[in-house]
Amino acid sequence: MTGTRVLVGTRKGAFRLTSDERRSEWAVDGPYFPGWEIYHVKGSPVNPDRVYASQTSGWFGQVIQRSDDGGASWETVGNDFAYEGEVGEHQWYDGSLRPWSFTRVWHLEPSVHDAETVYAGAEDAALFKSTDGGGEWTELSGLRHHDTGHLWQPGAGGMCLHTILEHPIDADRLTVAVSAAGAFRTSDGGSSWQPINKGLRSGEIPDEDSEVGHCVHRIDMHPAHPDMLYMQKHWDVMRSKDAGDTWHEVSGNLPSDFGFPIAVHAQEPETVYVVPITSDSHHFPPDGRLRVYRSRTGGDEWEALTSGLPQQHCYVNVLREAMAVDQHESCGVYFGTTGGQVYASRDSGDTWEPIVRDLPAVLSVEAQTLP
Amino acid sequence: MSGSMCTSVRVILPAHLRALVRVQGEICVDVDGEVTQRAVLDAVEAEFPTLRGTIRDRVTARRRPFVRFYACETDLSHEEPDAPLPERVAHGEEPFMVVGAMAGG
Repeated sequence: MTGTRVLVGTRKGAFRLTSDERRSEWAVDGPYFPGWEIYHVKGSPVNPDRVYASQTSGWFGQVIQRSDDGGASWETVGNDFAYEGEVGEHQWYDGSLRPWSFTRVWHLEPSVHDAETVYAGAEDAALFKSTDGGGEWTELSGLRHHDTGHLWQPGAGGMCLHTILEHPIDADRLTVAVSAAGAFRTSDGGSSWQPINKGLRSGEIPDEDSEVGHCVHRIDMHPAHPDMLYMQKHWDVMRSKDAGDTWHEVSGNLPSDFGFPIAVHAQEPETVYVVPITSDSHHFPPDGRLRVYRSRTGGDEWEALTSGLPQQHCYVNVLREAMAVDQHESCGVYFGTTGGQVYASRDSGDTWEPIVRDLPAVLSVEAQTLP
Repeated sequence: MSGSMCTSVRVILPAHLRALVRVQGEICVDVDGEVTQRAVLDAVEAEFPTLRGTIRDRVTARRRPFVRFYACETDLSHEEPDAPLPERVAHGEEPFMVVGAMAGG
């Protein structure tokens, strides 16, 4: 392992932060696509030079960019995200029904099995797949056509499909999450889906343990333990030991169990990171202190990580896509804030330093460990 | 075709879309038949396929909400897509302007 690349999407462009394995000095490149919202930038686990970016704009719609040199240069690829079959309707904020309508791609997930395969999670919630490097996209429409689809509704950020987890061995098994519908799993490559929300309890919906309707903010897993899932829900940090069949709350001693991102340590499958946020209406850290919380026990018991992070007057947020880990032996942890800071820890979270302080609001952070 | 020396329809794209397709200044497109919004935009998208979906919605082919069309000091945004554009646009004397609507942020 010789290098580290952190890919950052912001409200006004993308940035590349690069360093060697020591991760003490960083080069900052960008902005790429200045002025556009870059919801997500992610590299292929199979070919780290293959990187995708979701470039979007309220004015000019959705563009997908692809790089084959690690993000130094880019070309546009396909942006035709057409819903398959009957479009159908979902719940709107006021309880009325509204037709599904494509707005943007929140998440791009290059496959761990094939360098040319990539998934895209869209708003309004749908899952798309490309097998030619993003040239053409096909909806895996069994998800949106699930019997419960008409009950799904947008969260405040829109009805987005934001989490796509591929099983590391079985390419037909995918787990996704939608705000605010919940988590879903397929075992047949996306033809059929089952809601996996048993054990979630959400006081914001009329039936708090409903089959769907939960505002899941993020799910992560360790590839060596793909049945162990960790979830940051709107409120509550949850864990499943059976691939989502059942969930149990592991919020434990967190100062707030509201938050957006969740990440699992690269070498320690039971070490998990969250960033507690005060509440659903106060999107900033409790007491103005920016603290990452780490559990080494798979949840329940959490310790505050504060060294190098601002411990007063800090009122930023950390969004759901904006936390990642690298694969170095001493695991690096990274997160970006709505205040434009990108913080890095090269010692599993014990100490933190800002790589860069004054970017536009950070929407996403991904880390690549380069050969 | 890009560049300002042409006898076909001149089009000015907004800065973000010029950057996207890596052109500077005006572009020119040849339009078959009557010069309408639809015909001009079809020609633009044929020349620059990346622009499909950025000016008009892919499904409905309607103008995206925050895009405007100007020409000859007139807002043509609400004209029918198949209405003829002004003769000065059709003759290449005035550009057809694709504009991002004013908004902050």
